Amino acid sequence: MTDTAIVAARSPLYAGRRRRNTVAKGLALAATIFGLGWLVLILGILLYKGLGGLSLQVFTEMTPPPGAAGGLLNAIVGSLVLTVLGVAIGTPIGILAGTYLAEYGRHDKLSSVVRFINDILLSAPSIVIGLFIYEVMVAPMGHFSGWAGAVALAVIVIPVVVRTTEDMLTLVPDTLREAAASIGLPRAHMIVRIAYRAASAGIVTGILLAVARISGETAPLLFTALNNQFWSMNMNAPMPSLPVVIFQFALSPYEEWQKLAWTGALLITVAVLALSIFARSLTAARKS
Amino acid sequence: MDSGGRDVSEVALKDTVVTAGEAASRSAVLRRLRLTDTVFHGLTRGAAFAVLALLSGVIVALVIGAAPAFGTFGFSFFYDESWNPVTEKFGALAPIYGTLVTSAIAMVIAVPVGLMVAFFLTELCPMVLRRPIGIAIELLAGIPSIIYGIWGLFVFAPFLQQYVQPFMISAFEDVPVLSSLFAGPPYGIGMLTAGLILAIMVLPFVTSISRDVFDAVPPVLKEAAYGVGCTTWEVFRHVVLPFTRVGVIGGFMLGLGRALGETMAVTFVIGNAHHVSASLFAPGTTISASIANEFTEAVGDLYTSALVALGLILFFITFIVLAIARYMLMRIQKRVG
Repeated sequence: MTDTAIVAARSPLYAGRRRRNTVAKGLALAATIFGLGWLVLILGILLYKGLGGLSLQVFTEMTPPPGAAGGLLNAIVGSLVLTVLGVAIGTPIGILAGTYLAEYGRHDKLSSVVRFINDILLSAPSIVIGLFIYEVMVAPMGHFSGWAGAVALAVIVIPVVVRTTEDMLTLVPDTLREAAASIGLPRAHMIVRIAYRAASAGIVTGILLAVARISGETAPLLFTALNNQFWSMNMNAPMPSLPVVIFQFALSPYEEWQKLAWTGALLITVAVLALSIFARSLTAARKS
Repeated sequence: MDSGGRDVSEVALKDTVVTAGEAASRSAVLRRLRLTDTVFHGLTRGAAFAVLALLSGVIVALVIGAAPAFGTFGFSFFYDESWNPVTEKFGALAPIYGTLVTSAIAMVIAVPVGLMVAFFLTELCPMVLRRPIGIAIELLAGIPSIIYGIWGLFVFAPFLQQYVQPFMISAFEDVPVLSSLFAGPPYGIGMLTAGLILAIMVLPFVTSISRDVFDAVPPVLKEAAYGVGCTTWEVFRHVVLPFTRVGVIGGFMLGLGRALGETMAVTFVIGNAHHVSASLFAPGTTISASIANEFTEAVGDLYTSALVALGLILFFITFIVLAIARYMLMRIQKRVG
């Protein structure tokens, strides 16, 4: 150590700064461990409680009446149907709107308004979406229905898909567009043939993230699709779904129901996390 | 590939002599191309308008649904605590209070922790670990809220009830303000529990946005600060944070928007009691939890309407918070980009 360094090290000001630095670094590390700790804790308990009830029965039997054993088959299938329909309704609208924002109206007034509104919808409370669909579909039709649930989920899908589609299309280099224009290709054809193809991985990622998002959604289904104790494929009738069944069973006093709720929770979490990791890896592989 | 693209190149590249037949087919193709382009343009524009219509639809539907409640109770709906389905007397004070208190608890915890995690990820963490840790924190945001709910009810609340709350009640017994904040029997469920769970849910939002804006700080600024002998913490505190302040606040607001509207996790652990009480251990309710708990069981138009009115208030609050968030994030984007 040189003389100046020793002097500096001894000065109280310098020592104080160093101490503060060490404390801050320690706190940052602690905060990170704290954050990761919750993840481990939640997933750990979920695995522990959920694996206990996991059996073939869960996938082959209907939700049981109170006090009896049973499975989650109707809820799982109901969730799949609602999710697929929600994505099927929401994705085309989302992709088209995202296309407008990125291609036709990149800088116009309408786009900046839509962009802003879409960002608000992206984080709007999902329970409010449920209320909205209740007001426009369930109340006029006079009954809860699978369709209402699917549309509620579609409303949640749209902003996610709009956002990712726009982002991914903006990443497509303009030289590709110019090359297409220079051989006389109209815009619509350029978008469908070239821009969509270049951005396909990103757009698919957006759709997968939307699927992950809605497959765990409970609040918008509570008073749209409601729930159903039995097997139901009738979209005009109340439809069971995994999240709503978990909600109902977990808050019940029956032990069998609570056990099934944990198993259902494990199934949903595994599905959602697997989907979002897969979706991310899709774009990550593309980047590198 | 179907016919469209090939036709185009044929038409576009054929600059030699054109026969009459070719000219006719060429103009037919061009007409078709123009038509499909117009149709596609119209479709995308229509979809963009659909997004606008969606938001206006939400507002209109909620206003119409809420009208009977506001018509009956007028302005007193906002400050009345009573919530009685039997006498049909409804006031939103307790849910509004619960929503604000639980979100405040969440932000008080999630903001400093989230900032420190982002500090760790951008300045301290070894490069190899950055991506995995970042993804792990984001997975917290991916876990469906109902999972937080069931976990909070069966694991977290009993833990708080047994170990944390009795300790806090006895520790703060003689401290003036804190004794009323942490008073009453330890139920386990209640506003504090809900706030803590919200904190865990909001944490990844604050972290990932803070990390993104911290990453956008020009390296030259940081290097200059290091050059004059700043410590890592000083660079973060006096260079990175001031530079990204607007974006960081935008991130908080986004997190706050999520905390205000979060439904399922809160519904499980809040206790659904329409009371305004000073103690954070007391059961309460939030706007979203009231709607989730009571909507399907609400009998009578006025009861339903009161719940829709709650939804409208929630939408209004989150709209403002999210609008501020977006505005702030837009400003930082302009500054960096």
